[in-house]
Amino acid sequence: MNLLELKGVHTHIGAYHILHGVDLDVPEGQVTMLLGRNGAGKTTTLRTIMGLWTASQGTVSFEGQSLVGLPTPEIAQRGIAYVPESMGIFGDLTVRENMTLAARSAARAEAIDATRLEWIFGLFPALKKFWLYPAGKLSGGQKQMLAVARAIVEPRRLLLIDEPSKGLAPSIIQNLISAFRELKAQKSSILLVEQNFMMAKALGDRVAVMDDGRVVHAGPMAELAEDEALQQRLLGLSLGAHQ
Amino acid sequence: MSTPAAIPKAQFDWIPLALVAALAAAGLPLIGSPSTWLTLTVAGLAMGLIVFVIASGLTLVFGLMDVLNFGHGVFIAFGAFVATSVLGAMGVWTTSESAWLNLGAIFVAMLAAMAVAGAIGWAFERVIVRPVYGLHLKQILITMGGMIVGEEMIKVIWGPQQIPLPLPPALRGAFLVGDAAIEKYRVLAVVLGLVVFAALLWTLNRTKVGLLVRAGVQDREMVESLGYRIRRLFVGVFVAGSALAGLGGVLWGLYQQSVVPQIGAQVNVLIFIVIIIGGLGSTFGCFVGALLVGLVANYTGFLAPKVALFSNIALMVAILLWRPRGLYPVTSR
Repeated sequence: MNLLELKGVHTHIGAYHILHGVDLDVPEGQVTMLLGRNGAGKTTTLRTIMGLWTASQGTVSFEGQSLVGLPTPEIAQRGIAYVPESMGIFGDLTVRENMTLAARSAARAEAIDATRLEWIFGLFPALKKFWLYPAGKLSGGQKQMLAVARAIVEPRRLLLIDEPSKGLAPSIIQNLISAFRELKAQKSSILLVEQNFMMAKALGDRVAVMDDGRVVHAGPMAELAEDEALQQRLLGLSLGAHQ
Repeated sequence: MSTPAAIPKAQFDWIPLALVAALAAAGLPLIGSPSTWLTLTVAGLAMGLIVFVIASGLTLVFGLMDVLNFGHGVFIAFGAFVATSVLGAMGVWTTSESAWLNLGAIFVAMLAAMAVAGAIGWAFERVIVRPVYGLHLKQILITMGGMIVGEEMIKVIWGPQQIPLPLPPALRGAFLVGDAAIEKYRVLAVVLGLVVFAALLWTLNRTKVGLLVRAGVQDREMVESLGYRIRRLFVGVFVAGSALAGLGGVLWGLYQQSVVPQIGAQVNVLIFIVIIIGGLGSTFGCFVGALLVGLVANYTGFLAPKVALFSNIALMVAILLWRPRGLYPVTSR
């Protein structure tokens, strides 16, 4: 069953026509990887789902209900968590304050579900260590961990995550992969934009490849991972070259 | 939640705050007489804290929604004029020898001024500001236009002439500390300013609404992505900021002991200097900037009255040369 469906979505940003009819299905309980070259429209797709940019044509439906035209806060309240490419960390706030904000039902840090918080600390121990530290002073990898932790501090129906491995050291990427594997094991529904093919192969159940504002390929991740010719055609690379 | 002791908390930047103390210390040898210095310092702190009360809402409005509200002065003016009406109507209390009745009258005037200024702020946001979100040039033009309309409304209601706003008997005169005369009203202004500052800090740092405001100042799009309606928050901050400006108008009017319809425009330049010095969107920066402006204005007014005419502009230039984004710049802006 598809949790999220995009059909023929077009998005304009000012005079620029960025998405040219995106069709995308995100099944429930699976990790869907969204791949593509720079400028293919991956980030615009996520921002259009979140209502940060408005689809000028087409439908975006979540659990069978249209999201088009809804304000971003209402889309988030329906159970979609978004981790932007920029991470969106509030640098002047502490790690604790960032987490408290993300936990909508918690008026104070002490009201955050302690069991869930311990689980998050298990995934990202650095967050416990730097709990009272200003988020702006964290390293790039720690900020990314905080960005993901904010998205999962309360149960959400769908996670939209934009290039979490960008600019991070391999050891940090491994840490993130481990965390996403745990989320996957819990049958979380995730739409993950990535340029790192190793990460995509490690995590993806399904894959959609974008080019020039359209989805040009969709199918099981394993199929793309095994077909070097398809990788070359769609992405201009082969997974073998990255191993 | 236990936290490992080895991990340091955020290091507070004491340098701008120390600058206030250094400025006060530097004033002593220049002024020479300790009693004059004390009088001027208390006057400077009182002026600074009144300006802070007025400007604190404006800096959050700019920080949250990038709105340049050059009409903020109209809330100050309405606050001050409402106070003239309320205090005039409560003549029995304001002329009484009882300090409690005097203070009670001022308290009622402040509440009325805040209520009226808050209501006008709500209408101002809906009618004037909302259509020009994201359009800075139009914001400047239309909010200045709004202030002109507000001034004319004041002339229609209260007349164009200057209206006296005398202090009630309990607030006239001065406390004597050694040879120094500390005006009673300035002490009240300092106390009220500190109470407002403490209340703002508590709200911003200890409540979820405050957390949302601080986060919204840094990245409003992310706050919305977390599921919060920042427009509602902004309206709330705008109304609260207008109400504080109304309170500041009462304090400023009593400080000057008279009000004119142009009172808002007169203070506008000063409050923009303060929020720029402090770092746009920063409440603490606004506080420190206001204290610096108050002290510099009073010291230079005594030492070199001609220099006082441009001392605040000179202060702003000096601060921006040192810290181009203000004393306490907001991250991510």
